[in-house]
Amino acid sequence: MIHIKDVWKKYGHIDVLKGLNLDVKQGEILVILGRSGAGKSVLLRQIIGIEKPDRGSIEVDGVMISDIKKNEIYKAVKDMGMLFQGAALFDSMNIEQNTAFYLEQHGDPITGKKFSPAEIKNKVEEALAMVGLDGTEKKMPSDLSGGMRKRAGLARLIVYRPKILLYDEPTTGLDPITAQQINELIVQTQNELKGTSIVVTHDIASALYMADRLALHQEGQISVVAEPEPFFKTDNPTINFLRENLTHNQRKPQ
Amino acid sequence: MIALVRTKSLRILETIGDYVSLVIDVLLSALKKPPSWTLIREQLFHIGVLSLSVVAITGFTTGFVLAAQSFYQLGEKGLSGVTGVLVAKSMITELGPILTAFMVTGRVGSSMCAELGTMKVTEQIDALKSMAVNPNSYLIAPRFIAGIVMIPPLTLFSTMMGIFGGYLIAVNLFNLPASSYFAPMQIHITLFDVATGFIKSFVFGLLMVTVCCYRGMKTSGGAAGVGRATTQSVVTSYILILLSDFFLTMGLNLLHQKMHFDWMKGI
Repeated sequence: MIHIKDVWKKYGHIDVLKGLNLDVKQGEILVILGRSGAGKSVLLRQIIGIEKPDRGSIEVDGVMISDIKKNEIYKAVKDMGMLFQGAALFDSMNIEQNTAFYLEQHGDPITGKKFSPAEIKNKVEEALAMVGLDGTEKKMPSDLSGGMRKRAGLARLIVYRPKILLYDEPTTGLDPITAQQINELIVQTQNELKGTSIVVTHDIASALYMADRLALHQEGQISVVAEPEPFFKTDNPTINFLRENLTHNQRKPQ
Repeated sequence: MIALVRTKSLRILETIGDYVSLVIDVLLSALKKPPSWTLIREQLFHIGVLSLSVVAITGFTTGFVLAAQSFYQLGEKGLSGVTGVLVAKSMITELGPILTAFMVTGRVGSSMCAELGTMKVTEQIDALKSMAVNPNSYLIAPRFIAGIVMIPPLTLFSTMMGIFGGYLIAVNLFNLPASSYFAPMQIHITLFDVATGFIKSFVFGLLMVTVCCYRGMKTSGGAAGVGRATTQSVVTSYILILLSDFFLTMGLNLLHQKMHFDWMKGI
């Protein structure tokens, strides 16, 4: 589904990604763990085509994202979506306009069919209800709390039902209850859309709750990829530390 | 030292290349898929209608000063009769385009840069890209179109206000006859002067919008970065407007002289 081969990315004089390799399977939730500044978000930005790698290849669903021409990238990422760390809601638009944005721009991501205003309104209401934000349609992003903004960002993502969903630290800075709500929404979205999700997080409890597989991002590379049980049995200083500090033992519901 | 000069030169060349590439991309994307009328209308209102009062006051007061200066400087030599022509010629060919461009840069260009810069540092522009929307086409093209469409009429409006302001001072304060203010204009203000003012306003509008949008799109470094980018956008726009004014004045006058010379040779 997603094949990343020998990807390098440099900012200034610092190599953030150093020959990174990773394969993501169709229909799974892959959680990438790693320390701050390791380049996890950079990797997501390369996958969705916001930035290009300096070297290496990224293939998504048969399309070579890393080699694609600048003006063709927008067509190639139409059925992908990303939840940004700070939600990145458009602050000149209210929550309804934010959520409706993709549908108004592109219509249906697969067929390209344009929706009527009434259809868009229904879809927006449905998506906002799904994230528990019904009634906030006319509010501006600045009127919402951090957790509500994240949920609004999630509504903006799920409203167009992308096949590939990327989440950049979806629970960072949230209280445990809101974080758990976001975790549940991610799993629920995955189950409904049957897509492929990559979640970047520091939150071990969230990772264990969501992950089909876990990947450890270290020094610009993915050093370990495995299902949760074998992942935590791997002898690696970071994983040993995580194992020792693990206080939660929640698993993805079967 | 040589290495430093080399690095700086390379950075300047890189910036120019980046800027030109952005302008080409905006033009191509606007031609390929014109931005929606709603977005253009919003910017036309923001750049044009909301700037009317600022450019009117600027033109009007400049007309006052020009008339007063002309009267005091030329009156002693018995040339107070050319006050109207001096005000009109200065406003049409120089002060109208320059002052309008400066005022619009300060009012609109800075806000464009700050808005785009804030969108950049809060990942809103990345969010647009992630939703398969080209930010050059969605954000810059409507501003670009509105800028080049609105700045010439704003300049015309400011120029007219300047001539009218000069008239009020010359006739009411210095008791010049109204006919001596306007009559010489019909002889001395040529189509070339009007064309010069129009071409300059168009070029200044183009520079202002593209420089401010470019700076906004290249913003980094949080709130402080937005502040820096906004200042840079205004300073860079002012410098480019002044430089281009000189080159346009020279180029257009040389062209005009050549055309006039060729025409004279013809007869």
